[in-house]
Amino acid sequence: MLVFALLVIVIFNFAFDVRGEAVALVAPGVLWVTLTFAGVLGFNRAFVLEKDRGCLEGLMLCPIDRGTIYWGKMAASLTFMLVVEAIVLPLFSIFFNLPLFMPSLLLIAFISTVGFAAVGTLFSAIAVHTRAREIMLPLLFFPVVVPVVIAAVEGTGMVLAVAPWASLVPWLQLVVAFDIIFLAVSWLLFEYVLEE
Amino acid sequence: MAEGAGWGQKILGRPLLIFSFGAMLVTLYLVFLWVPTERFQGIVQRIFYFHVPPAWVAFLAFFIVFVGSILYLWRGEGRWDDLAYSSAELGVVFTTVTLITGSLWGKPIWGVWWTWDPRLTATAILWLIYIAYLMIRAYVAEESRGARFAAVVGIVGFIDVPIVYLSIRWWRTLHPAPVVLTSEEGLPPAMLLTLIVSLVTFTALFIHLLFQRLSLRQMVAEVERLKEAQKEET
Repeated sequence: MLVFALLVIVIFNFAFDVRGEAVALVAPGVLWVTLTFAGVLGFNRAFVLEKDRGCLEGLMLCPIDRGTIYWGKMAASLTFMLVVEAIVLPLFSIFFNLPLFMPSLLLIAFISTVGFAAVGTLFSAIAVHTRAREIMLPLLFFPVVVPVVIAAVEGTGMVLAVAPWASLVPWLQLVVAFDIIFLAVSWLLFEYVLEE
Repeated sequence: MAEGAGWGQKILGRPLLIFSFGAMLVTLYLVFLWVPTERFQGIVQRIFYFHVPPAWVAFLAFFIVFVGSILYLWRGEGRWDDLAYSSAELGVVFTTVTLITGSLWGKPIWGVWWTWDPRLTATAILWLIYIAYLMIRAYVAEESRGARFAAVVGIVGFIDVPIVYLSIRWWRTLHPAPVVLTSEEGLPPAMLLTLIVSLVTFTALFIHLLFQRLSLRQMVAEVERLKEAQKEET
């Protein structure tokens, strides 16, 4: 996932010829496409091992609520993605000479990642039971997280352009609303996904 | 269950077919002969009457998918899944019609086939979500599991659409948006009437097609059942 993220950044560097003034314009997009792709890759793996080795059945036999499994898997995916971001963000700011370590940017990154993990966990639990799981997950995941991607890219762009905090707030609210809605919906629906 | 084509199909099936057919003729008459030509856009504006109704029907269809999906997960009855699935198929068809007629209309008026305007983009994303909804069934081996997964996608997708629309609208209003022609306000009575007739026609057509699709699904299930029964006998 990490190496993949770095490779995507390198590819984008060639694709957009990211230099000079273009950096501030293109960088938010590059960053979030990288993180979204890396996220999908991570979510794809989230259930594969457990499914193939029969661990998922074990989990389902546990006398706990299925919703609890959702929270556990979600927390694991979230942590995993945050670790990757913790490495990618510094590298990104080195490669593109951008000041990425601002509290507002870290906040955007965190809430957006929660949104990704909320939806990604639910869909990866679905995709792992399908044939062609690697294809199915992005097909489900990308259209649904469009609002988060837009908000993250816009928010990052604003932070880099040193826009006033007030213009950033609606985007943050949007992502937080997305997080709350889809954490709740995924948690409620997870039970039906794991049913045998 | 076997002959359970539903009371709606039995009572409404034929009248709906006749009604949709007649109403479509009336709509065609209104659109092509009766309604006055729009002053600025000219003849091409008439596609409006085939653009808005499919869009409305598509949203209706996806709402039915949403309700059907919830009821299926809640009650676990196959008929709700049949309803959601049939409606999703039709919704994708009507969304496709909306996108195509929209493009055809956009080219002469805006000068482009496509613009990343909130409504267009949201519709395209909607289309992608429900394509995934249909695909998930094809990719899951067990029928009931595919139905459950699809129901989850149907619910998540429908909740997602308003958020997608909102986010894209903000995204666009913050950027300099391309000049999008809006002729929404103050539709003349003749045009409004034509639009309403067209809406009713398309809605009737949708319900008719939905019933057809449902009974087709039930026939498929019946054939499967007969095949199984025959296998057991031999």
